[in-house]
Amino acid sequence: MAAHVNEVVLPGDILQELSDSEQYPKLRLGPGLRIDVDNVVVCKCGILRFREPSVFWVDTHQKRYVPVKGENILGIVISKAGDVFKVDIGSSEMATLSYLAFEGATKRNRPNVQIGDLIYGKLLVANKDMEPEIVCIDSTGRSSGLGVISGGFMFKCSLGLVRKIVSPDCQLMKLLGKHMPYETAVGLNGRIWIKAKTLSHTIAISNAVCCAEYMSKKQTEVMVKQIVSSQWT
Amino acid sequence: MTSQRADCGNLELRSQSCEQNLLSRPDGSATYCQGDTSVIVAVYGPAEVKQSKEFLDKATLEVIFKPKVGIPGCSEKFQERLIRNTCETIVLTALHPRSSINIIIQVMHNAGSLLSCCVNSTCMALLDAGLPMSCLVAAVTCSLSCDGDIILDPTSQQEKEAKAILTFVFESRDNEIITSNTHGIYSIKQYYSCVEACRKYGFVSCQSPLGTTNTVEQ
Repeated sequence: MAAHVNEVVLPGDILQELSDSEQYPKLRLGPGLRIDVDNVVVCKCGILRFREPSVFWVDTHQKRYVPVKGENILGIVISKAGDVFKVDIGSSEMATLSYLAFEGATKRNRPNVQIGDLIYGKLLVANKDMEPEIVCIDSTGRSSGLGVISGGFMFKCSLGLVRKIVSPDCQLMKLLGKHMPYETAVGLNGRIWIKAKTLSHTIAISNAVCCAEYMSKKQTEVMVKQIVSSQWT
Repeated sequence: MTSQRADCGNLELRSQSCEQNLLSRPDGSATYCQGDTSVIVAVYGPAEVKQSKEFLDKATLEVIFKPKVGIPGCSEKFQERLIRNTCETIVLTALHPRSSINIIIQVMHNAGSLLSCCVNSTCMALLDAGLPMSCLVAAVTCSLSCDGDIILDPTSQQEKEAKAILTFVFESRDNEIITSNTHGIYSIKQYYSCVEACRKYGFVSCQSPLGTTNTVEQ
């Protein structure tokens, strides 16, 4: 494993080991790294991460979303334009959503989508030169949880926090679920939707999620305990 | 000598401090203090762009400079332009075409060396926003007194008494100058000695953890 993994890197740093093509013949570079002439150069500040066999990326703190193909996102319908909806996903451009990209939708049978609705979708096209496009079905035509979301409560947070929550190491959502049942949809564009049985549960869960950004495993456990005990008294 | 500073010598910088992510609404923010000079910078972007300002191959970079009191005038517009040109050389705008990056600089207090403080603060805010950059920058201001002495990071009193004020911005990769801004009269020899005096500090403050020293970034 290369040096500097799990260390802070800054823009302009040259990663000499990665530039050596013999050590990593199938080098894969993720966000925050780029190739400049023959060197691997860091272009974002953050912590360098590594995954077997040869995947490298930089974990950064960021608030603004930049669309990435295949990511699940939460968006708000802004307008209807002919056969597409314009959806705000928090990036520099509105995403488009075809009315045929819903489960069971046909030209006759249009989905019931209104302006202001919350959409849980998947990015089909995400390219810096093109408008992002989202869909609410997978390749087999099933919705698999995607689509219009009704009720509940949506709030925004940093991109680092949503990535932390969806990572398998994070127990926060499971711990909370043991004590109060709720539904959730996490969009990787920094939006989280929650639907719990009561208002106080919704508030408690959203507060717990917002507070968990810089907490360790132990700290989140303690926090969940505190929240649960305050709920029943 | 009256212009001698109490806190440190003439060839040293005043104490510096920085705080990032202190504003909740912008995508990136930072405040930077050099002695009593302090500015706060907010960065928005990549965000939507007006059609008239859109570039098909790169992001539009805009800098808004807000003085402590009053409305921005000619000199503020000049500073905006200077900072924008500096940022355009380090931000990889080609990675976010048809979008805009807005940088808003608010002066909190001007006690000399304002331009270098603005540049340093902008760099920290860009870092916080997570925008792709080719390298970091560090700016150092120095002034030449009437008897030809170099004073680094001058206070406003020292700036008033100075014969010339020179500001240099260095990038972190090769430690080369990317911006040079001067006021007043000086000889070519004096210019080069100022560059070398400033470079010494621009280099230290721009070193990454992968190198040996790291003062500003922590």
